[in-house]
Amino acid sequence: MSGNIMEERLQMIENYLMIRLPEEIDHHQAAKISKAADGYIMKEPVKHIVFDFEDTRFMDSSGVGLIVGRYKKIICFGGKVYAVNADERIRRIIGLSGLKNILNVIE
Amino acid sequence: MRNEIKMEFDAVSANEAFARVAVAALLTPFNPTLEEVADVKTAVSEAVTNAVIHAYDEEGGKVALRCILEDSKIHIEIEDYGKGIENIRQAMEPLFTTKPELDRSGMGFSFMEAFMDELDVTSRPGEGTLVTMEKKFAGQPYAAEEE
Repeated sequence: MSGNIMEERLQMIENYLMIRLPEEIDHHQAAKISKAADGYIMKEPVKHIVFDFEDTRFMDSSGVGLIVGRYKKIICFGGKVYAVNADERIRRIIGLSGLKNILNVIE
Repeated sequence: MRNEIKMEFDAVSANEAFARVAVAALLTPFNPTLEEVADVKTAVSEAVTNAVIHAYDEEGGKVALRCILEDSKIHIEIEDYGKGIENIRQAMEPLFTTKPELDRSGMGFSFMEAFMDELDVTSRPGEGTLVTMEKKFAGQPYAAEEE
Protein backbone atom coordinates (compact mmCIF):
# COMPACT_ATOMS: atom_id res chain seq x y z
CA MET A 1 0.00 0.00 0.00
CA SER A 2 1.50 3.34 -0.94
CA GLY A 3 1.74 6.30 1.40
CA ASN A 4 -0.92 8.12 -0.60
CA ILE A 5 -3.54 5.44 -0.07
CA MET A 6 -2.86 5.54 3.66
CA GLU A 7 -3.12 9.36 3.59
CA GLU A 8 -6.65 9.05 2.18
CA ARG A 9 -7.62 7.17 5.32
CA LEU A 10 -6.81 10.12 7.56
CA GLN A 11 -8.66 13.40 7.87
CA MET A 12 -9.20 16.22 10.33
CA ILE A 13 -12.71 17.11 11.48
CA GLU A 14 -12.34 20.16 13.71
CA ASN A 15 -9.69 19.05 16.21
CA TYR A 16 -10.38 15.34 15.78
CA LEU A 17 -8.03 13.19 13.71
CA MET A 18 -10.19 10.51 12.07
CA ILE A 19 -8.32 7.35 11.06
CA ARG A 20 -10.14 4.83 8.89
CA LEU A 21 -8.18 1.68 9.68
CA PRO A 22 -7.37 -0.94 7.00
CA GLU A 23 -8.84 -4.44 6.78
CA GLU A 24 -5.97 -6.00 8.70
CA ILE A 25 -3.89 -4.28 11.38
CA ASP A 26 -0.64 -6.09 12.03
CA HIS A 27 2.92 -4.83 12.54
CA HIS A 28 3.33 -4.26 8.79
CA GLN A 29 0.20 -2.07 8.52
CA ALA A 30 0.52 -0.46 11.96
CA ALA A 31 3.92 0.99 11.04
CA LYS A 32 2.37 2.80 8.05
CA ILE A 33 -0.64 4.06 10.01
CA SER A 34 1.44 5.37 12.91
CA LYS A 35 3.77 7.20 10.52
CA ALA A 36 0.82 8.85 8.76
CA ALA A 37 -0.90 9.68 12.07
CA ASP A 38 2.23 11.18 13.58
CA GLY A 39 2.57 13.39 10.50
CA TYR A 40 -0.86 14.83 11.28
CA ILE A 41 -0.08 15.20 14.99
CA MET A 42 3.04 17.22 14.09
CA LYS A 43 1.36 19.49 11.55
CA GLU A 44 -2.30 19.78 12.51
CA PRO A 45 -4.05 20.88 15.72
CA VAL A 46 -4.92 17.30 16.68
CA LYS A 47 -6.59 17.08 20.08
CA HIS A 48 -8.48 13.78 19.92
CA ILE A 49 -8.12 10.70 17.71
CA VAL A 50 -10.96 8.50 16.42
CA PHE A 51 -10.00 5.02 15.23
CA ASP A 52 -12.64 3.81 12.80
CA PHE A 53 -12.73 -0.02 12.55
CA GLU A 54 -15.45 -0.10 9.86
CA ASP A 55 -13.19 -1.95 7.38
CA THR A 56 -11.19 -3.90 9.95
CA ARG A 57 -11.54 -7.67 10.31
CA PHE A 58 -8.20 -8.50 11.91
CA MET A 59 -6.05 -6.87 14.57
CA ASP A 60 -3.19 -8.29 16.60
CA SER A 61 -1.14 -6.75 19.42
CA SER A 62 0.59 -4.40 16.97
CA GLY A 63 -2.76 -2.61 16.69
CA VAL A 64 -2.83 -2.28 20.47
CA GLY A 65 0.63 -0.72 20.36
CA LEU A 66 -0.48 1.62 17.58
CA ILE A 67 -3.37 2.96 19.69
CA VAL A 68 -1.34 3.23 22.93
CA GLY A 69 1.49 4.97 21.09
CA ARG A 70 -0.80 7.63 19.57
CA TYR A 71 -2.60 8.06 22.91
CA LYS A 72 0.74 8.87 24.57
CA LYS A 73 1.32 11.62 22.02
CA ILE A 74 -1.97 13.43 22.69
CA ILE A 75 -2.62 12.76 26.40
CA CYS A 76 -0.31 15.57 27.54
CA PHE A 77 -2.71 18.08 25.92
CA GLY A 78 -5.80 16.43 27.39
CA GLY A 79 -6.64 14.46 24.25
CA LYS A 80 -8.77 11.31 24.15
CA VAL A 81 -8.82 8.27 21.88
CA TYR A 82 -12.04 6.74 20.58
CA ALA A 83 -12.94 3.52 18.73
CA VAL A 84 -15.94 3.38 16.41
CA ASN A 85 -17.46 0.53 14.37
CA ALA A 86 -15.47 -2.15 16.21
CA ASP A 87 -16.88 -5.64 15.58
CA GLU A 88 -17.03 -8.43 18.16
CA ARG A 89 -13.52 -9.68 17.39
CA ILE A 90 -11.94 -6.24 17.68
CA ARG A 91 -13.83 -5.67 20.94
CA ARG A 92 -12.43 -8.92 22.28
CA ILE A 93 -8.89 -7.81 21.44
CA ILE A 94 -9.58 -4.42 23.07
CA GLY A 95 -10.89 -6.18 26.19
CA LEU A 96 -8.01 -8.67 26.46
CA SER A 97 -5.35 -6.02 25.98
CA GLY A 98 -6.52 -3.69 28.73
CA LEU A 99 -7.03 -0.97 26.10
CA LYS A 100 -10.43 -0.23 27.65
CA ASN A 101 -8.67 1.84 30.31
CA ILE A 102 -7.67 4.46 27.74
CA LEU A 103 -9.85 3.82 24.71
CA ASN A 104 -13.45 5.04 24.60
CA VAL A 105 -15.40 2.46 22.61
CA ILE A 106 -18.41 4.11 20.96
CA GLU A 107 -21.45 2.08 19.87
CA MET B 1 -5.31 -38.58 9.35
CA ARG B 2 -1.97 -36.87 9.84
CA ASN B 3 -0.74 -34.06 7.63
CA GLU B 4 2.51 -32.16 8.02
CA ILE B 5 3.45 -28.93 6.25
CA LYS B 6 6.78 -27.14 6.48
CA MET B 7 7.82 -23.86 4.98
CA GLU B 8 10.53 -21.28 5.40
CA PHE B 9 10.27 -17.57 4.58
CA ASP B 10 12.10 -14.30 5.07
CA ALA B 11 11.58 -12.47 8.35
CA VAL B 12 10.04 -9.37 6.77
CA SER B 13 6.85 -7.66 7.92
CA ALA B 14 4.96 -8.43 4.68
CA ASN B 15 5.25 -12.14 5.54
CA GLU B 16 3.31 -11.71 8.80
CA ALA B 17 0.11 -11.70 6.74
CA PHE B 18 1.36 -14.52 4.50
CA ALA B 19 2.07 -16.80 7.48
CA ARG B 20 -1.29 -16.31 9.21
CA VAL B 21 -3.27 -16.71 5.99
CA ALA B 22 -1.30 -19.86 5.09
CA VAL B 23 -2.01 -21.44 8.48
CA ALA B 24 -5.67 -20.38 8.31
CA ALA B 25 -5.94 -22.19 4.95
CA LEU B 26 -4.67 -25.40 6.57
CA LEU B 27 -7.51 -25.32 9.12
CA THR B 28 -10.23 -26.07 6.55
CA PRO B 29 -10.38 -29.84 7.32
CA PHE B 30 -11.35 -29.01 10.90
CA ASN B 31 -14.46 -27.14 9.78
CA PRO B 32 -13.48 -24.34 12.17
CA THR B 33 -15.64 -21.47 13.39
CA LEU B 34 -14.68 -17.92 12.32
CA GLU B 35 -13.64 -17.31 15.90
CA GLU B 36 -11.28 -20.31 15.90
CA VAL B 37 -9.72 -19.17 12.60
CA ALA B 38 -9.22 -15.66 13.99
CA ASP B 39 -7.65 -17.10 17.16
CA VAL B 40 -5.05 -19.08 15.19
CA LYS B 41 -4.37 -16.20 12.79
CA THR B 42 -3.73 -13.85 15.70
CA ALA B 43 -1.39 -16.27 17.48
CA VAL B 44 0.62 -16.97 14.30
CA SER B 45 0.82 -13.26 13.53
CA GLU B 46 2.19 -12.57 17.03
CA ALA B 47 4.86 -15.26 16.82
CA VAL B 48 6.04 -14.25 13.34
CA THR B 49 6.04 -10.56 14.30
CA ASN B 50 8.25 -11.39 17.29
CA ALA B 51 10.71 -13.08 14.94
CA VAL B 52 10.75 -10.11 12.55
CA ILE B 53 11.08 -7.42 15.23
CA HIS B 54 12.88 -9.04 18.13
CA ALA B 55 14.85 -12.03 16.83
CA TYR B 56 16.31 -10.16 13.87
CA ASP B 57 15.78 -6.49 14.86
CA GLU B 58 14.00 -5.94 11.51
CA GLU B 59 17.22 -6.66 9.62
CA GLY B 60 15.96 -9.89 8.08
CA GLY B 61 16.62 -13.58 8.54
CA LYS B 62 14.64 -16.78 8.11
CA VAL B 63 11.53 -18.04 9.85
CA ALA B 64 10.57 -21.72 9.74
CA LEU B 65 6.91 -22.64 10.05
CA ARG B 66 5.88 -26.22 10.67
CA CYS B 67 2.30 -27.38 11.10
CA ILE B 68 1.05 -30.83 11.97
CA LEU B 69 -2.64 -31.56 11.67
CA GLU B 70 -3.75 -34.66 13.49
CA ASP B 71 -7.21 -35.76 14.59
CA SER B 72 -8.92 -32.53 15.64
CA LYS B 73 -5.76 -30.65 16.62
CA ILE B 74 -3.23 -28.36 14.96
CA HIS B 75 0.32 -28.22 16.23
CA ILE B 76 2.25 -25.15 15.07
CA GLU B 77 5.98 -24.49 15.40
CA ILE B 78 7.46 -21.11 14.53
CA GLU B 79 11.23 -21.00 14.72
CA ASP B 80 13.83 -18.33 14.10
CA TYR B 81 17.62 -18.36 14.18
CA GLY B 82 17.99 -14.88 15.65
CA LYS B 83 19.27 -13.44 18.88
CA GLY B 84 17.14 -15.50 21.26
CA ILE B 85 15.47 -14.56 24.54
CA GLU B 86 17.54 -14.23 27.73
CA ASN B 87 14.63 -14.38 30.17
CA ILE B 88 11.60 -16.18 28.74
CA ARG B 89 9.47 -15.80 31.87
CA GLN B 90 9.93 -12.01 31.80
CA ALA B 91 9.33 -11.87 28.03
CA MET B 92 5.99 -13.63 28.52
CA GLU B 93 4.71 -11.25 31.20
CA PRO B 94 1.82 -9.10 29.96
CA LEU B 95 2.94 -5.59 28.96
CA PHE B 96 6.65 -6.46 29.14
CA THR B 97 8.52 -5.26 26.06
CA THR B 98 12.12 -4.53 25.20
CA LYS B 99 11.02 -2.15 22.44
CA PRO B 100 8.50 0.38 23.81
CA GLU B 101 9.95 2.99 21.45
CA LEU B 102 8.59 0.93 18.54
CA ASP B 103 5.05 1.00 19.97
CA ARG B 104 5.22 -2.62 21.03
CA SER B 105 2.40 -3.37 23.45
CA GLY B 106 4.03 -6.29 25.26
CA MET B 107 0.89 -8.36 24.65
CA GLY B 108 2.21 -10.77 22.00
CA PHE B 109 2.75 -13.85 24.19
CA SER B 110 -0.40 -13.03 26.19
CA PHE B 111 -2.44 -13.17 22.98
CA MET B 112 -0.79 -16.46 21.95
CA GLU B 113 -1.70 -17.87 25.37
CA ALA B 114 -5.25 -16.52 25.25
CA PHE B 115 -6.05 -17.78 21.77
CA MET B 116 -4.33 -21.19 21.74
CA ASP B 117 -4.75 -24.20 24.05
CA GLU B 118 -1.02 -24.79 24.53
CA LEU B 119 2.00 -22.51 24.27
CA ASP B 120 5.63 -23.37 24.83
CA VAL B 121 8.66 -21.17 24.21
CA THR B 122 12.24 -22.38 24.16
CA SER B 123 15.21 -20.20 23.30
CA ARG B 124 18.98 -20.09 23.32
CA PRO B 125 20.56 -16.65 23.33
CA GLY B 126 22.48 -16.15 20.10
CA GLU B 127 20.90 -19.20 18.44
CA GLY B 128 17.19 -18.59 18.14
CA THR B 129 13.73 -19.20 19.51
CA LEU B 130 11.12 -21.92 19.00
CA VAL B 131 7.47 -21.19 19.71
CA THR B 132 5.20 -24.24 19.87
CA MET B 133 1.44 -23.88 19.99
CA GLU B 134 -1.52 -26.24 19.82
CA LYS B 135 -5.22 -25.82 19.40
CA LYS B 136 -8.03 -28.34 19.41
CA PHE B 137 -11.12 -27.88 17.29
CA ALA B 138 -14.58 -28.67 18.52
CA GLY B 139 -16.25 -29.12 15.12
CA GLN B 140 -16.60 -32.45 13.33
CA PRO B 141 -13.65 -32.72 10.94
CA TYR B 142 -14.47 -33.35 7.27
CA ALA B 143 -12.01 -36.26 7.36
CA ALA B 144 -14.37 -38.19 9.64
CA GLU B 145 -16.80 -38.59 6.75
CA GLU B 146 -14.26 -40.47 4.66
CA GLU B 147 -14.57 -43.82 6.54
